Amino acid sequence: MTAQLSGHDLTLFRGERCLFRGVEFALNPGEMLLLEGLNGSGKTSLMRAIAGLLEFETGEIRWHGEPTRVQRQAFHDSLVWMAHRVGFKADLTLTENLDFEAALRPSASADRDEVFRRLGLSRLKRLPLRSLSAGQQRRVALARMLLSAATLWLMDEPVTNLDRDGRRLVAALVQEHLVRGGMCIMAAHQDVQIEATVHRVLLQ
Amino acid sequence: MDGETPGLFTAVVAVARRDLLLAWKRPGDVLNPLFFFAMVATLFPLAVGPSNEQLEFSGPGVLWAAALLAMLLSLNSLFVSDFEDGSLDQMLVSPQPLPALALGKTLAHWMTSGLPLVLVSPVVALTFRMPVAVVGVLMLTLLLGTISLSLLGAIGAALTVGLHRGTALLSLLVLPFAMPVLIFGARTVSLVATGDSVAGGLYFLAAYAVLIVSIAPFATAAALRISNE
Amino acid sequence: MWNFIHRLASPPHFYRIAPRIVPWLAVPGLLLIGYGCYAGLFVAPPDYQQGDAFRIIYVHVPAAYLSMMTYMIMAVSAAIGLIWRIKLSHAVAAAAAPLGAWFTFLALATGSIWGRPMWGTWWEWGDPRLTSELIMLFVYFGYMALRAAIDDTVKADKASAVLALVGAVNVPIIHYSVYWWTSLHQGETVMKGKMDTDMLVPLLINILGFTLVFGALLLRRVRAEVLFRERRTRWVRDMVLSAAGRGT
Repeated sequence: MTAQLSGHDLTLFRGERCLFRGVEFALNPGEMLLLEGLNGSGKTSLMRAIAGLLEFETGEIRWHGEPTRVQRQAFHDSLVWMAHRVGFKADLTLTENLDFEAALRPSASADRDEVFRRLGLSRLKRLPLRSLSAGQQRRVALARMLLSAATLWLMDEPVTNLDRDGRRLVAALVQEHLVRGGMCIMAAHQDVQIEATVHRVLLQ
Repeated sequence: MDGETPGLFTAVVAVARRDLLLAWKRPGDVLNPLFFFAMVATLFPLAVGPSNEQLEFSGPGVLWAAALLAMLLSLNSLFVSDFEDGSLDQMLVSPQPLPALALGKTLAHWMTSGLPLVLVSPVVALTFRMPVAVVGVLMLTLLLGTISLSLLGAIGAALTVGLHRGTALLSLLVLPFAMPVLIFGARTVSLVATGDSVAGGLYFLAAYAVLIVSIAPFATAAALRISNE
Repeated sequence: MWNFIHRLASPPHFYRIAPRIVPWLAVPGLLLIGYGCYAGLFVAPPDYQQGDAFRIIYVHVPAAYLSMMTYMIMAVSAAIGLIWRIKLSHAVAAAAAPLGAWFTFLALATGSIWGRPMWGTWWEWGDPRLTSELIMLFVYFGYMALRAAIDDTVKADKASAVLALVGAVNVPIIHYSVYWWTSLHQGETVMKGKMDTDMLVPLLINILGFTLVFGALLLRRVRAEVLFRERRTRWVRDMVLSAAGRGT
């Protein structure tokens, strides 16, 4: 049975440096892939390459058995990306930013205000993002995940700048997402406690 | 999956809207190149001397060169902010075709740099004692020409975003390709004074714009992917 | 045949085969240039309009022609490198650029020298050739500057390839627009009418000769480029070590 998302013989170079070679993984709905390794070991680069921002030297990613290279739109329809840089405009408000995002990718039928309430962002709706703290901005990034219809969540160090409550929130959200049949690839330093099938890839 | 991928038109409009909104919140970004245009255009009469014949003769060329420089100035920041705050990543990872998103951004850029230049040019043209008929042609050439300049500039901006000293490099890359626009733009305006037909020059500018618009979004998208790696 | 090309595209093979081809290009090329210049100076009759001043075309025209042909080679190999990911292709583009810039400069210098007796000045904006060659020089500078500004070779290859391709579309338009502009300004200072066979033959010989020499120079530059790009690979290390061992 083909896994929904799989990576085969993945090798990546950054300039002259080989970050990793021959990495393999397979992921199915309800499962999480955890990328582990020290700083600079290539976790972020691997995620960026899976997302399509970098090119692998060898190997390919397959979505529903087909290489993502040949079905870029279908693959990107199904994923949402949470990176170290939040990816919102600091001059625009929360609402304005998310309005823009709604035109970029398929939206879930979730209620926006409900999502804001859950993430503790209700009072911050009309403020420009530059007025928000780093932790609050990270919660806005979580809003992006919740409001998109994506089945695959790519999260690079999602708990950066979050306090303990924030970390628990992330874990809960990912858990719910997996239970609903979603998938998650996460690069994390600290262990994020998830009750699900967790595959691990260790990069050295 | 709950939703549908938003349509292409929706995406282009959304990107353009977003950038226009951003420009609205920072009017300085729009006004600075305009002031620059006005100042550069007045530099020449100051330096060369106020002889009326010289002014009228050199008007089209000077105004066009000033407009070109003002556009270059405004191009620097086209992709920088998106590159730095991670918005570019998000656009690259979205299901929308990147050339469409690039076109949307370029459209917004033109509306905040090229279009204002067209509208402000009559005022500056006054200082060159330009007759009304000539001013009309000037505005028309600027309208058509600045479209090409925005598109070409987007390619250059995409190639140089994130590079050290990208600003100077951007100008170096864009200027040679902007030459035909400058040449035809300025020369067509001069033709009005001699009573020749301006149709040829205007057709060329329009054709050039059409050519560039068919290449630029794809070249810009390719360059953005490469620069973002 | 495909096998040969395929092997040629592999850096170690190219590195070995290229030096064998170079003499076959350089020697005939230099000989042709030698004869072409001699014939251009002594055999061709003086032009009825310009006298002996026109003889500079025997260097100017090949230089101008090569400046544009080099650009096309640069653009095509950049495209091949971008689409088919052939590393050698990118090396060719990188190696060709400075050559193209030099030819452009040579065309400008000889064009300027040619113009001096006619215009009385060293530069004339009204001349379409000079102006469009100058713009071409800036295009080359832009390409080389972009390459230099990007540290990562692979990224520099890709970015400059995009630039080269955009330029490939624009360069013909630039030439056309400059000619249009100057045709309004003043009459073209081009040699009108058919050329005497005695005048034409040395020109063609020189064009061919320059092209062959260009080919030789390009191969040598590409070879050096390949060596630099592959400096960390096993085959280069083996080659250097065995050369050191032989005491060469």
